[in-house]
Amino acid sequence: MAGYVLRRLFLIVLVLVAVSLLVFTITSILPASVAHLILGPFAPPEQVKALEIKLGLNDPILVQYWRWASRFMTGDFGESMLMNRPVAPILAEAIQRSATLAISAFVLIAVIGIALGVIAALHHNRLLDHVVSVTTYLGIAVPEFFWSIVVILVFAAYLGWLPASGYEPLSAGFSVWLKHLIAPTLTLVFAHLAHVSRLTRSSMIDVLESPYVTAARAKGLPERVVIVRHALRNALLPTITVLALDIGRLMGGIVVIETVFAYPGLGRLLIFSIQQRDLPMLQAAILVVAAIYAFANLCADLLYAWLNPKIRYGRTVV
Amino acid sequence: MAELSFESGAPAPARRPVPAQLKAGLVIVGSIVLLSLLAPWIAPHPWDTISIRTRFQPPSMTYWFGTDDYGRDVLSRLLMGGRLSLAMGIGATLISVLIGVPVGLAAGYFAGKVDEVLMRVADVLMAIPAIMLGLLVLAVTPPALWKTAVAVGFVYVPLIARVARSVTLGFANAEFVEAARARAESAPYILFREILPNAWPPLIVEASLRVTYAILLGSALSFLGLGAQPPSSDWGLMISEARAFIDRAPWIALAPGFAMCLLVIGINLIGDGLRERLDPRLKRQVARL
Repeated sequence: MAGYVLRRLFLIVLVLVAVSLLVFTITSILPASVAHLILGPFAPPEQVKALEIKLGLNDPILVQYWRWASRFMTGDFGESMLMNRPVAPILAEAIQRSATLAISAFVLIAVIGIALGVIAALHHNRLLDHVVSVTTYLGIAVPEFFWSIVVILVFAAYLGWLPASGYEPLSAGFSVWLKHLIAPTLTLVFAHLAHVSRLTRSSMIDVLESPYVTAARAKGLPERVVIVRHALRNALLPTITVLALDIGRLMGGIVVIETVFAYPGLGRLLIFSIQQRDLPMLQAAILVVAAIYAFANLCADLLYAWLNPKIRYGRTVV
Repeated sequence: MAELSFESGAPAPARRPVPAQLKAGLVIVGSIVLLSLLAPWIAPHPWDTISIRTRFQPPSMTYWFGTDDYGRDVLSRLLMGGRLSLAMGIGATLISVLIGVPVGLAAGYFAGKVDEVLMRVADVLMAIPAIMLGLLVLAVTPPALWKTAVAVGFVYVPLIARVARSVTLGFANAEFVEAARARAESAPYILFREILPNAWPPLIVEASLRVTYAILLGSALSFLGLGAQPPSSDWGLMISEARAFIDRAPWIALAPGFAMCLLVIGINLIGDGLRERLDPRLKRQVARL
């Protein structure tokens, strides 16, 4: 197991190096000149040249990459071109806010999704099953940004229960903070429920028909114990894999949701840095996202191995 | 019987009934495609004529889906926008299939080092969430819809390649491939003439689902301002522009939202139906039951 973890960590490092190369190449080769981007199209050529030299843009690309990467490794993520502030603290703040959103959405997706899946399985092919299927399917069939608009329309414009957008820090008061969090979280949860609930449903249906569930029932165990301890525990394995896959989708969804709800997290920072051509910010943000994604996947794999005694990683590299 | 027909590489037998989902999906998607294609002729109003006097008209007999903040007919814009969304989704999928399938075939057939290198590259690309990769590609050039299509297609290359690879792995040592090798056929011939015709059913299913994802991802990028540009009426862009008037004129956002919903459901139905008809694994499962 330890060997497997080490190998996976090594792979993650490789992936991150490759991602950083990719990010760096894309962001530094395509535009004619970063200096032009900073100074605008009408800047005098001398000024552009001076800035190019200052930024080291005339050096070979590998030298530039090395300079950037070695600074990055020491925790110096560079300086935001636009805000003239170091990238790291801005990024840390944004990550913190996005994490709040992501974690609360993820927990709710897992809990509600599994619960709905179990309910649907227990009502297999009856009304409640179909209601759950159709509702969750609607969530996934329509892009998040549309649902976020519907949520704003219903809860902010029509009912007036929640603020339409924005963010308030915890220091502004718990209820104010929570109110700003509810709408984006709700949208994310609704848009991502389907995978989890569908998979839980189908594996629950399979498991409920298996001999050991019949055996548990024959032993006279209460139905609740049979379902939770015997059936659900085994039915959850595929759900956990799909939850891991959903992390990536969730991170993508957050970019959109944060933009709609004007929630100042990592996603909005990313879009902002793209729109404003803030390359140091953009490079750092994408790398951070890739790192979080890679580690989340590793955690999911380890959790899966831990829960499923049939799998013992070690011999094969996944 | 179904298994036999797959293994011998013949097309699915015609006697199998067309699944209901496939029919429903084809009707939905077919109507949307038809309406979009005919848009310039059937649109009740010009899609891009600005008129101050007809701003924010609620849905009525003249303007079925109302008018937007520039007084343009939402239905006409919707119909014209459908072409953009469809073209973008199909274009992106074509790009990912044209690159991904050869890559996947090669990886599965040559195995060893080639496979290792190609799949590790795919791992790297998949280590970035799809929308981020799209954003990254679009970050450095001024946005345009065709660039969105290219970016989205690029994002899905590793996914298509994976499917193509896993299908090819199953055929790499099949008898007909051995036979072709014994005839000293070239590798491209074996890949495209022997393996590909047998590998297409799962690839078609994958590609049809990719169209949906491509439309969703592309419209999300348009929504974020990195796709179609005003005054174009791409659905994502329409929703994005309607955001500001959501409390006064919700129909401007709801119309393209429902249209997208319908299209995605339709394509998913087609994908499910095709899978039921073509996917050998599912057939075997059905057979086992």
